Amino acid sequence: MNNNSDHKYVIETHDLDIYYGTFKAVTDVNLQVERNAITAIIGPSGCGKSTLLRAFNRMNELYANSSIRGDVCFNGQDIYAREVDPVEVRYRVGMVFQKPNPFPKSIYENIAWTARIHGYKGKMDEIVESSLHQAALWDEVKDKLHQSGLSLSGGQQQRLCIARAISIQPEVILMDEPASALDPIATLKIEELMQELKKNYTIVIVTHNMQQAARASDYTAMMMLSRDGERSGTVIEFDETTRIFTNPKDKRTEDYVTGRFG
Amino acid sequence: MKEQAVVQGFANDLEGRKRKGVIWHVFFQISTVVGIIALIALLLNVIDGAFGYVAYEARVDPDTLAVNGTPIEDQSKEQLVALLQSSLSSGAYNKLDKEKPFADRSREEVYQLVVERIIRPKVVQVWKLWPSLTQADQIRATVEQDHPGAELDFVSWLTTDFVTRPQSSEPLTAGVRTAILGSLWTILFTILLAFPIGVGAAIYLEEYAAENWFNRIIQTNINNLAGVPSIVYGILGLAIFVRALEAFTSGKMFGIVNLTSANGRTVLSAGFTLGLLVLPIVIINAQEAIRAVPRSLRNASFGVGATKWQTVWSHVLPNAMPGILTGTILAISRAIGETAPLVVVGASTAISFDPSSPFSKFTTLPIQIYQWTSRPQDEFRSLAAASILVLLVLLLSLNASAVLLRNRFSRRF
Repeated sequence: MNNNSDHKYVIETHDLDIYYGTFKAVTDVNLQVERNAITAIIGPSGCGKSTLLRAFNRMNELYANSSIRGDVCFNGQDIYAREVDPVEVRYRVGMVFQKPNPFPKSIYENIAWTARIHGYKGKMDEIVESSLHQAALWDEVKDKLHQSGLSLSGGQQQRLCIARAISIQPEVILMDEPASALDPIATLKIEELMQELKKNYTIVIVTHNMQQAARASDYTAMMMLSRDGERSGTVIEFDETTRIFTNPKDKRTEDYVTGRFG
Repeated sequence: MKEQAVVQGFANDLEGRKRKGVIWHVFFQISTVVGIIALIALLLNVIDGAFGYVAYEARVDPDTLAVNGTPIEDQSKEQLVALLQSSLSSGAYNKLDKEKPFADRSREEVYQLVVERIIRPKVVQVWKLWPSLTQADQIRATVEQDHPGAELDFVSWLTTDFVTRPQSSEPLTAGVRTAILGSLWTILFTILLAFPIGVGAAIYLEEYAAENWFNRIIQTNINNLAGVPSIVYGILGLAIFVRALEAFTSGKMFGIVNLTSANGRTVLSAGFTLGLLVLPIVIINAQEAIRAVPRSLRNASFGVGATKWQTVWSHVLPNAMPGILTGTILAISRAIGETAPLVVVGASTAISFDPSSPFSKFTTLPIQIYQWTSRPQDEFRSLAAASILVLLVLLLSLNASAVLLRNRFSRRF
């Protein structure tokens, strides 16, 4: 896959439609994800936010009968092109899920296994330590690296998942409501971590929490079920976060972000 | 209590609802009790047969074997060996010596041989455990009256000797070693066939097979095959392993000339036949276990760019393994108890030598039990009861070791 960073946008979609079987879940999305920035996708439940996010690293292919029309480009290359291997895409575009899902292995192995499957031959201890450092988890777990990843608290588990994702140096990290299962303190830690991570990575985050989007993101895409009576979601407005929250163009965005709707 | 709500139409019959619950509760309890009673009855019935009084007569009166007034029980090993040498044909004596030199045998072993080969006690009547305990005097009187020369002993048919002795046509010296070894050999090949193929098929069907009519037909067929009567598998095994693949199952292909001419009716054929029999059970259980691995775990693996095989091998299989093993245990337990297919495949009913290779003739515990219970003499039924206890112990110990293995694999999510 293309490794150059010349493209202004890391991820671009063009007229993207996403289907589950014959059901069109997402319609006509044109989105540009800026490098080393945090892009938030907000909107009411069931409007296709997670579906859109999963299209960015072809995770949606693991769900029954999903297909797309249009294209998704990563560094200018269509990731749905015939010659592109989805495994390669997911290597470059990592993912953190809503429910923390560390492997039922030790903290150390969670990262070591991930590095190993990609053929990492260097010093394993180093990559484990640096990944945990980057995920701001090292100090909390350095004395219990060989305990199960599942023995950690929810917030720590989620940061372990982030450490696991960044251990293989992806360019983009997709986060699907990473803090929705966490308490406010753990949520805050994840948000601080995102600010730290965006220096090296590009982050796309789906969130239900509008304060989170407003606090943490640089760009915001507002999704909503499309007007024409179909149960299909689309991006109705995409702009800098400050603009979305202070001066939205679309009436529905304004209603949503001010809490009058949704 | 609050004021009654304004909505009409609720008849809050709490008493009635509770009554209904109690009735079902009692029903469930009765079901459990019936099951337990049946189990206890089974065990008691087996135990009843496995112990009790035996009256037996010696074919050669031990008193006539006394030397210089020393009764046979008190003679030295050398005297007993000499007795054997003089009483047995030289061929039989040499054969015994070849099996294990007399110099190496203990006095007890030699004495046992004298009893088996010269005195040769013959059972005249047996009693079950319950009458033995309750009507001992009556039994003694009967024996004195009907069989004046007979000895009466309270015996346990299940002894360590019974487990370690080879099969014999004499009930008092018969054992189940050949049958136990036959069962173990057979099960070994059952596992070797059913486990890898079963788990492999389950992985394919769950992880790789596309949702289409062809795979749905396969799936339906596997589910139905699990319910096919075992005798049908016996016929299949006879056709495939015993007849069609005779060169392979009899070992001729490997240049092994079997002197006992098993002709494909070998441990290997039996094990594979049982393997086919339990294959659908293994597949279905493994599929269930694989399906139960949470999606979040697969997502985690795919999300870090693992390939399908890496995901299956490192996460799906280890986490499904306890379930797969549980299913395999169930399947193996079933295979151990199977009789009908082995009769068709050609289990031997009377062999006195141990199976020593995949190409040996064989018998198994259920076959042995079946054969003994169908004999008219009571003493063989007592032997069968003792073998059933052996089979139960074998089953329980195999299950226990499998449970231990499963617990080693167990993981938490």
